[in-house]
Amino acid sequence: MAPSTATRLVPAPAGVALPLFMDNHSTTPVDPRVLEAMLPYFTQHFGNAASRNHAFGWAAEAAVDHARGQIAALVGGDAREIVFTSGATEAINLALKGATSYYKKLGNHVVTVETEHKATLDTCKRLQREGVEVTVLRPAADGLVTPQQVADAVTDKTVVVSVMLANNEIGVIQPLGEIVAAVKAKNPRTLVHSDIVQAAGKIPLDVEALKLDLASLSAHKMYGPKGIGALWVRRKPRVRIDPILDGGGHERGMRSGTLPVPLIVGFGKAAEVAVADLPTEAPRLRALRDRLLHGIQARLVETYVNGSLEHRLPGNLNISFAFVEGESLLMALKDVAVSSGSACTSASLEPSYVLRALGVGEELAHTSIRFGLGRFNTEAEVDYTIELVVTSVERLRELSPLWEMHQDGIDLNSIQWTPH
Amino acid sequence: MAYSDKVIDHYENPRNVGSLGKDDDEVGTGLVGAPACGDVMKLQIRVKDGVIADAKFKTFGCGSAIASSSLATEMIKGMTLEQAAAIKNTQIVEELNLPPVKIHCSVLAEDAIKAAVEDYKKKHPGT
Repeated sequence: MAPSTATRLVPAPAGVALPLFMDNHSTTPVDPRVLEAMLPYFTQHFGNAASRNHAFGWAAEAAVDHARGQIAALVGGDAREIVFTSGATEAINLALKGATSYYKKLGNHVVTVETEHKATLDTCKRLQREGVEVTVLRPAADGLVTPQQVADAVTDKTVVVSVMLANNEIGVIQPLGEIVAAVKAKNPRTLVHSDIVQAAGKIPLDVEALKLDLASLSAHKMYGPKGIGALWVRRKPRVRIDPILDGGGHERGMRSGTLPVPLIVGFGKAAEVAVADLPTEAPRLRALRDRLLHGIQARLVETYVNGSLEHRLPGNLNISFAFVEGESLLMALKDVAVSSGSACTSASLEPSYVLRALGVGEELAHTSIRFGLGRFNTEAEVDYTIELVVTSVERLRELSPLWEMHQDGIDLNSIQWTPH
Repeated sequence: MAYSDKVIDHYENPRNVGSLGKDDDEVGTGLVGAPACGDVMKLQIRVKDGVIADAKFKTFGCGSAIASSSLATEMIKGMTLEQAAAIKNTQIVEELNLPPVKIHCSVLAEDAIKAAVEDYKKKHPGT
């Protein structure tokens, strides 16, 4: 379904294969090194890691334990603290439902933030329906919550606080260490869970230094396979959670179900590669992101970066192009896979709740595009993307009645619009 | 979402993009929608001897909104005001193969035509 070259606004330069992928917050390709590590575990070492009485089981168990060590090294924890799940959605569900259930005698209050992933927000909504009190904090316009703000929401009944490390839409990095310290100062028994999905492998990470209690991970956001994630559960002092699934009592009773050994091996290898590459990859991605941003802003007026640029993942750029609706821009950028906060790209017809939580006006939220740069993006791809974005935005602005009014000096707020 | 070939054609080669003089006596202007809803259409007609001699549009909105307004300007050229005002959004839905989630784009185009006709009639009471 590759579009014909005849309709391309900007021809692709040599070395740039189209369509190109710049949506690395949604998912990432499996790194070839990861795939290579996985392959023997499908047909050769296919044993059940729970089989204790033969060599097939031992090989599988050894591979799983090795992967636990690789993942623990990525997050700064202990191998015995890794509980494998089907992905981060399950890990987040397990953390929040499991902890509120286990510690219900200690309280029935949960604190989280409006810009969290739906896996967190919807889990909290269910807990709320089941009688748990939920406080959802609003971040500042730059996307950040303050440690004081979080601590102020904590009471003697607060069981869990859940604050993500880096946001999936705007890439904003919360001051997690300070937040944990402030929470513990207010109530030492309150647990802190963090969705570290977008941060893992992208910025230095140390759950011990952060003094977290629970952390959720996903392999496919860090060049590992889809269908595998993990919940890191602190051992000292021991954090307890009730399981969601009943069964064979795998993962020390916290998550029953036969372990998908090939996926776990891939997850482990992905963690190892991320640790090794991080010192060079983070500055490379930051340079590419800055090149993209400056390339766009040097040629287009009325563009706005959403969220703090300073406290942000190196590969993230979320930017609004005023007077150009996001989905129509995505259509022009069909050769570059990115995503938009426009309502038209969602089933709900509501613009991004993350941008709205930041106080970004609906008219600007509709014009936002998220670029997610990753391991396999190149400078040539960024330069092509700049050309394509600039050309497309200029073309769509020529088509936009709002741009025309803006050029004529008409204040768009002075118009009597007809919402529909 | 997959777009129909006709939507892509109108999006890539929009017909009748531009503006007519808003204060021109022969021109009727319709401006519908809202920036906060993600779509705004401006549709203008130039009327000569009771017939729409020219039509122009500018649209802020998704590909289907741009295609709907582009198609609308094509449809109404040569029509009388009554014929134009009688156009139904379902004709646009059918022509562009719009999926259910995009039907509001066609409704907005119908509204834009009606608003332009109304504006012209306001300038010419009794027509």
